[in-house]
Amino acid sequence: MKKFGGKVLFLDRSDINTDEIIPAKYLTEISKEALKPHMLEDLKLEGFYPNSPEVKDSSVIVSRGNFGCGSSREHAPWVFEVNDINVVVAPSYARIFRQNMFNCGMLAIELSEADITSLFEHKVAGAVIDIDFAKKQLTISSGKGSRTFDYQISEFDRALVEAEGWVGFADAKY
Amino acid sequence: MAMTLAEKVFKAHLRDEPFPGTKVLDIDVVMCHEITTPVAINDLVERGMDRVFDPRKIKVVIDHVTPAKDTKTALQGKIVRDWARRHSIPDFFDIGRNGVCHAIFPEKGFIRPGYTVIMGDSHTCTHGAFGAFAAGVGTTDLEVGMLKGVCAFREPKTIRVNINGTVPEGVYAKDIILRIIKELTVKGATDCVVEFQGNVVKKMSMESRMTLCNMVIEAGGTSGVCMPDKVTVNYLWPFISSEYADKKAAVADFKKWWSDKGCAYVKVLEIDVTNMEPQVTFGYKPDEVQNVTELAGTRVDQVYIGSCTNGRLEDLKVAAAYIKGRTISPMVRGIVSPATPKIFREADKLGLIKIFMDAGFCVTNPTCGACLGMSNGVIAPGEVCASTTNRNFNGRMGKGGMVHLMSPAVAAVTALEGVITDPRKYGKGGAA
Ligand code: SF4
Repeated sequence: MKKFGGKVLFLDRSDINTDEIIPAKYLTEISKEALKPHMLEDLKLEGFYPNSPEVKDSSVIVSRGNFGCGSSREHAPWVFEVNDINVVVAPSYARIFRQNMFNCGMLAIELSEADITSLFEHKVAGAVIDIDFAKKQLTISSGKGSRTFDYQISEFDRALVEAEGWVGFADAKY
Repeated sequence: MAMTLAEKVFKAHLRDEPFPGTKVLDIDVVMCHEITTPVAINDLVERGMDRVFDPRKIKVVIDHVTPAKDTKTALQGKIVRDWARRHSIPDFFDIGRNGVCHAIFPEKGFIRPGYTVIMGDSHTCTHGAFGAFAAGVGTTDLEVGMLKGVCAFREPKTIRVNINGTVPEGVYAKDIILRIIKELTVKGATDCVVEFQGNVVKKMSMESRMTLCNMVIEAGGTSGVCMPDKVTVNYLWPFISSEYADKKAAVADFKKWWSDKGCAYVKVLEIDVTNMEPQVTFGYKPDEVQNVTELAGTRVDQVYIGSCTNGRLEDLKVAAAYIKGRTISPMVRGIVSPATPKIFREADKLGLIKIFMDAGFCVTNPTCGACLGMSNGVIAPGEVCASTTNRNFNGRMGKGGMVHLMSPAVAAVTALEGVITDPRKYGKGGAA
């Protein structure tokens, strides 16, 4: 299983699309590693600078609704993966993006809007998120204190994470 | 129990339900293009599983960047080409015979009512126009599809959209779907199939139905769907004539896929098109849609007519009717990209290619090209493109550029004037 948790990158906008996560011009790459420097390159967001040390150190993304909409490109989860970001936390996802994350053995955690708003309260203070996969719990800690949230994950998604992706799962079963 | 079309297709294709709510379906058509497939191929090779489940059910095209523009895109083409040859995949479309995936595959008769279709491309929802369940997937789902012929989905809910009224002059399927996306919002159809019904859809050509279904993903939808009927049978007849005694029999057979009376919809949307204006997007999201009159006068640098949304013969005919005998603004670069070689040939036969060229348009080979800002018409920072494509995301057609989505009619008159223009000003296709 992949390692989950670490420093948080807050992206305070809804509808962040996969073109913003990895622009189409890099889709000519055939290795995941080559995508690495271009993560979130076209994201327009106040106070956000792609390739800043803060972005590079992050391991968890916390964002708003409909995360990962648009193109089906799995290059979006891949660019996160090669930058050691294996978890996204948001109130909702585009279907294909969410499936792609689990298909790669990564986590796309859904929390309520209210819980996401609570997470964003930690934005100012260098936050870290820990994931307890067995207990289905997520804990955020920062200068503002710490708080634990329960999250739901379907049995299928859980199995995909444990199998480190859909190829392994499907090959064993079909 | 009364079922929706999508539920019927799911039932007919259910291979396994490994966990409650997770349906693993047998897939009838796995479609591949050169952008999302190479990584899947390489991964299978690396895992020592370089196999395909059924070469006849896999359809392959090189369409996004063709001819190759550099070494990297040439290599993507090569990986896909070598793989298709290695596995004797009969339906592989390389340069000279290639076209935009969601235009060329239906044209070849690969999609049938009741089919399950996947592709590593979000606009796969287009093929639901034939009464199929057609979903865009990522590379891993595609990889498993290529290898095993299965794909996992949650049971879909269905949103029904009834499109009724009289379609006014200057209004087309593109305007209608833009209006629907505005109402549903960019996430309003997430995890849902969007089913199009109503008297307007009944009268629509397959091309228009594909335009409707194509943009369902822009509302987050999994697949668009239309009920397969006479129009569907007429379109597919060259491919299915040996399977049915006559067209009537085919229509009757296709009816088995129709959503039953009393089936469950999560939402029903009523659209009356009678007083609708042509629609144009204004922001960076496809649900940011306004009436053309509100955006009229907006300066543009490039006009692009093409793509899997509006690069079909019907679209070129509409645009050419406005362009005929006129020339485009000297302030505008006009690009027309017929979506397939067949469309190109037919447009040529009808004299449309000449009309576009006489007007000052550049006519390109069939390719995605400018639609996703990869080749063939990338715009510069600060530039504006009036486009018949489906995405206006920031940077979509070139970093720092702006895209306004619109119908081929609005695009055509916008090219003439250099600013966003209401096609109704030109009367019936500019016959004036
Ligand atoms: S034309 Fe555009 S939207 Fe359609 S498949 Fe090609 S890149 Fe995608």
